[in-house]
Amino acid sequence: MEAIRTFSSKTVVLPIENVDTDQIIPARFLKTTSKQGLGKQLFSDWRYDGSGQPKADFVLNRPEAQGASVLVAGDNFGCGSSREHAPWALYDYGFRAVVSTTIADIFRSNALKNGLLPIIVDQALHGHLVAAPGTTVTISLETQTIALPDGTTAKFSVEPFARYCLLNGIDELQFLLSQDDAIKTFEARSSA
Amino acid sequence: MKPRTLFEKLWDAHVVLPATSDTPAVIYIDLHLIHEVTSPQAFTILRDAKLRVRRPERTVATMDHSTPTTPRGSDGRIPILDAQAAKQIGQLETNCGDFGIELHALGSDGQGIVHVIGPELGVTQPGMTIVCGDSHTSTHGAFGALAFGIGTSEVSHVLATQSLLQQRPKTLAVTVDGTLRHGVTAKDLILAVIARLGIGGGTGHVIEYRGPAIRALSMEERMTVCNMSIEAGARAGMIAPDETTYQYLAGRPRAPQGAAWDKAVAAWKLLPGDEGATFDREEHFDAATLEPMITYGTNPGMGMAIGASVPAPKGASDEKALAYMGLKAHQSLLGHGIDVVFIGSCTNSRISDLRQAATVFRGHKVAKNVRALIVPGSQRIKKQAEAEGLDKIFRDAGADWREAGCSMCIAMNGDQLAPGQYAVSTSNRNFEGRQGAGGRTFLASPLTAAAAAITGKITDARTLLG
Repeated sequence: MEAIRTFSSKTVVLPIENVDTDQIIPARFLKTTSKQGLGKQLFSDWRYDGSGQPKADFVLNRPEAQGASVLVAGDNFGCGSSREHAPWALYDYGFRAVVSTTIADIFRSNALKNGLLPIIVDQALHGHLVAAPGTTVTISLETQTIALPDGTTAKFSVEPFARYCLLNGIDELQFLLSQDDAIKTFEARSSA
Repeated sequence: MKPRTLFEKLWDAHVVLPATSDTPAVIYIDLHLIHEVTSPQAFTILRDAKLRVRRPERTVATMDHSTPTTPRGSDGRIPILDAQAAKQIGQLETNCGDFGIELHALGSDGQGIVHVIGPELGVTQPGMTIVCGDSHTSTHGAFGALAFGIGTSEVSHVLATQSLLQQRPKTLAVTVDGTLRHGVTAKDLILAVIARLGIGGGTGHVIEYRGPAIRALSMEERMTVCNMSIEAGARAGMIAPDETTYQYLAGRPRAPQGAAWDKAVAAWKLLPGDEGATFDREEHFDAATLEPMITYGTNPGMGMAIGASVPAPKGASDEKALAYMGLKAHQSLLGHGIDVVFIGSCTNSRISDLRQAATVFRGHKVAKNVRALIVPGSQRIKKQAEAEGLDKIFRDAGADWREAGCSMCIAMNGDQLAPGQYAVSTSNRNFEGRQGAGGRTFLASPLTAAAAAITGKITDARTLLG
């Protein structure tokens, strides 16, 4: 996994609340056995019409949204199914952070394992970001801050271990594998 | 010792390594359920890193999500017409073969929805930690297990280490007093809980359902309740084990037998929360005030009593939901026409659900222009229903009687709504397009779904039950 430190990007704003993982990637695209290439199916039913043509009024299809890697979304983003295909699709499309007021538990956990930062901000900053789509924000995982061009800076929290993994581009599985002795001890104790 | 809740006891008993300021706790997983859709990429991780499955005997696989539920061919096999699904299903067979994992394959007697077969086999037991790459893993909490959905990366973690890094969730007690009235079911109870908590209201929490109305539920009803915990955003839902739990489990193929059974029950009896244990948050409900419920929007929190009027939207997201559903604020849903009825899913596909639906279908015909699909949760349930003649009641009414699987709950297996169609569904999610792109879902109980099937419109089943 690629390490994340600091990056700047304009935002794309999708202010709908409770965006569920079925919207992020509909189940019919889950028949794949790979995690690659899901970006083209991201938000498929909102992004394309019945004949597969892009819907001009959907935010990701607007010219000004091209190249953005920060998605500002409504409250409770990523609720519903546990499909990790949701962060895979967002990452493959080019997103590196999702900013919301709350983010669903399983989506948050999955996102952190895939180089996609789930960033919780307060209502005031969220309102500000929603009102000004295309704002260039600078996100630093090192300082855990999101900064706006007008100088506004807010802290966000990331679990220390997930942050360590993301900063160093390493995988949680390596850590678990290194705990083999503790796992063996636990297994011996519980089968006693 | 400080009094502990059921959750706290289970958490403490599974800590391999406690949390530190740098790392979350490492938690041991007793049972790992896998299926074809969220596991292939996890096995790829294992193969790439040359890892084995640490405890194959703690892993059970089945096929349910992308599998067709269409009737068997003359050769007794279930035909898979979708090449991508066939490849995914074949991949699970290869993975289970290569890594030595028990598989209940499509067409076999033990196949079914992963959250239906775990309890049915008796592999789901009180006091266990249970995970699966599926958010409805919360179902198994009905047995007093700590059961939650995980992503595919975590599936690889459990396959390789039988452990997970976990942040400790908060606890939420949902206490339900009183008695459910005639015609009001466990599904109505949980839809009412979610309507009050909201779709994100349980985020960060594990719910424990308690109180006399919960104690009065059968195991199958408890599974319906715990199943939908995730629809309020909760990681898990759980119910302390009691005599109902032990009676359900006794004699199941994989439940402990003989002296091991007595020892297990003695240990399970220590699991319920201690007197004086406290929760981070508490909510109270009175079962006697609950009505049959139905959803009107595009998330499971948008539910109301079946005779109520659609609430006025509170913002743009609510307006979008009502526009998608083609509904208006203040309208009643009673009498609203429907196109499809789906009875099935890990929420409501068990034998008691099918028996309930059959009480309404018996002697009636499915309404003209309505398609009714009845999909048992497992091959064992299918066989049981057929032994009781339930399939005949459904078939005589003109409903489709299918093979076991997730079917129209997830619409990735050939069973789906056409754009614009309305369905009354006993499943768990009414998200936009969940049951097929452009399809519109009303979530309800098996009774309400059956009543809609024979009347062709949203109907209070109590008017038919007498």
